[in-house]
Amino acid sequence: MASPDHAESLEEQIDQWRSYLRRRQAIHSVDVSELEDHLREQLAVLVAAGLSSDEAFLVAVKRMGDLDALSREFAREHSDRLWKQLVVFPSDSREPPARARKDAIVAFFLAVAAAVFIKVPALFGVQLDQDAAFYIRNLSFFVLPLLAGYFAWKRRLDTRTVRWLAVAFVAAGVFANVYPFSERGYTLILTTLHLPIALWLVVGIAYAGGRWGQVGGRMDFIRFSGELFIYYVLIALGGGVLTAFMMMIFEAIGIDAERFIQLWLLPCGAAGAVLIGSRLVEAKQSVIENMAPVLTRLFTPLFAAVLVTFLGTLLWTGRGVDIERNALIAFDLLLAAVLGLLLYSISARDPRAPAGAFDGLQVVLVISALLADAFALWAIAARISEFGFTPNRVAALGENVILLVNLAWSAVLYIRFLRGRGSFSGLEKWQTSYLWVHAAWAAIVVIAFPPVFGYI
Amino acid sequence: MEINKDLIAASSTPIVLAILAEQDSYGYAILKRVRELSGGRMEWTDGMLYPVLHRLERLGHVEARWEVAESGRRRKYYRITSPGRAQLAEERKQWHAVDDTLRGIWQALSLQVPASHPASAAPLPHGA
Repeated sequence: MASPDHAESLEEQIDQWRSYLRRRQAIHSVDVSELEDHLREQLAVLVAAGLSSDEAFLVAVKRMGDLDALSREFAREHSDRLWKQLVVFPSDSREPPARARKDAIVAFFLAVAAAVFIKVPALFGVQLDQDAAFYIRNLSFFVLPLLAGYFAWKRRLDTRTVRWLAVAFVAAGVFANVYPFSERGYTLILTTLHLPIALWLVVGIAYAGGRWGQVGGRMDFIRFSGELFIYYVLIALGGGVLTAFMMMIFEAIGIDAERFIQLWLLPCGAAGAVLIGSRLVEAKQSVIENMAPVLTRLFTPLFAAVLVTFLGTLLWTGRGVDIERNALIAFDLLLAAVLGLLLYSISARDPRAPAGAFDGLQVVLVISALLADAFALWAIAARISEFGFTPNRVAALGENVILLVNLAWSAVLYIRFLRGRGSFSGLEKWQTSYLWVHAAWAAIVVIAFPPVFGYI
Repeated sequence: MEINKDLIAASSTPIVLAILAEQDSYGYAILKRVRELSGGRMEWTDGMLYPVLHRLERLGHVEARWEVAESGRRRKYYRITSPGRAQLAEERKQWHAVDDTLRGIWQALSLQVPASHPASAAPLPHGA
């Protein structure tokens, strides 16, 4: 009865039972240890009474009660656990409260710093409303270095990495400011759009804190980016409500707050919110279900349905894709949205789980997006020389090719996985490595496009 | 005989508090004591004891501490607090009242079984 074989399998069974319990949100790990102590004592008594360890395990687990009912009871007693404190410091998260508080204070001061930074140029006579060109091309520099600094501090990056990150920011700053852009030119707009993308990778390296080389580290950064985006949108909505009320009540006493809001509240709030949002994402990490994957679950079927219908209509009616100026950008955005859906469902998926219906749907989505884009590209390629190569068009075309390659290979990997010929982690690896390509292209647009196209 | 769930739930607080008033204890031992006291008639699902203990802890009727048991495992012990004792006294009063009432009615029933029903002869109150 007490053979090592048995003992081992009993431990395994207990392990499994424990991991079942752990998955319940309402049952915390201290509760699990308390229940485990109970289970073990019960087992010892039953084994002493002459049951085999397997039998004893079955009886003890049965006596413990149905796990669903148990977790419901726990949830009723600890209903707060299901609505985890987001802003306050969770009492039993992994970081000790003192550190969490310090972390929050640092994030708060960095947010204030970002708000101040954005107004610093005003001291030198560079006004937000008059020197829009300066502001839009330097937008990233008011916030992203602080965000990278926050993670460098939090992850205790070594000085060598910090130095490289600083070099990247300084170099980007030089490129953005030495070029003689023409006012409201194409290349200025392109720089404005692409600089944050390239620098986001620098933030990612700080975020991953030494784990950038690993798939897991980059995947965490992808998760972080998605959650931050959602938080930022939520904060922006709240800010919008606040501003509306402010306008209203000040108008009631005959004071026009519009200028204050435009020049101070909006820019300072928008800059600070990036830091605050990041801190919130960090704090609630793994405390509640992430939101991006939930939205992905919701929208993947809808996007797939729309795309399949679009393709069906295209084939049925025999219409060509009508190429006007912005068609390429529209298809770029479509591919980016599909990529987002793919990324966030990958990020939430257990790589060891077998293929399911949702995976099939994911493939349908990707392939239909690829086909739609192929139709568009076909139409554009036929007439691109006619339109001429403006910087916008080249950038959009390059973007399209990059996304197309990414999605096409993803589809291949996904289908291999569905047919049992590849592992899911291959897809993760592909997506996380591809982050480099996105950043590299953004850097090329920032560095090479303005001189190549004559700063128009 | 199976005791109805509601009764078990209602009696769990005084039983747990009373057992802890005897001495400090932990989950498994509390359940064992319940089984002894009831002669095995009170069958609690083991796991359900813990939410009860956690509720009592939250209300301040008991306090918990972790200790290392002789088996070498960490074990959570519970101790009754003075508000817990006050609560126990209160519960005790209430259960006495329930018990007295039931005893009274059981006794009355066993006496009057052969007699006619005096209540049915009385006129119904107005509006009933």
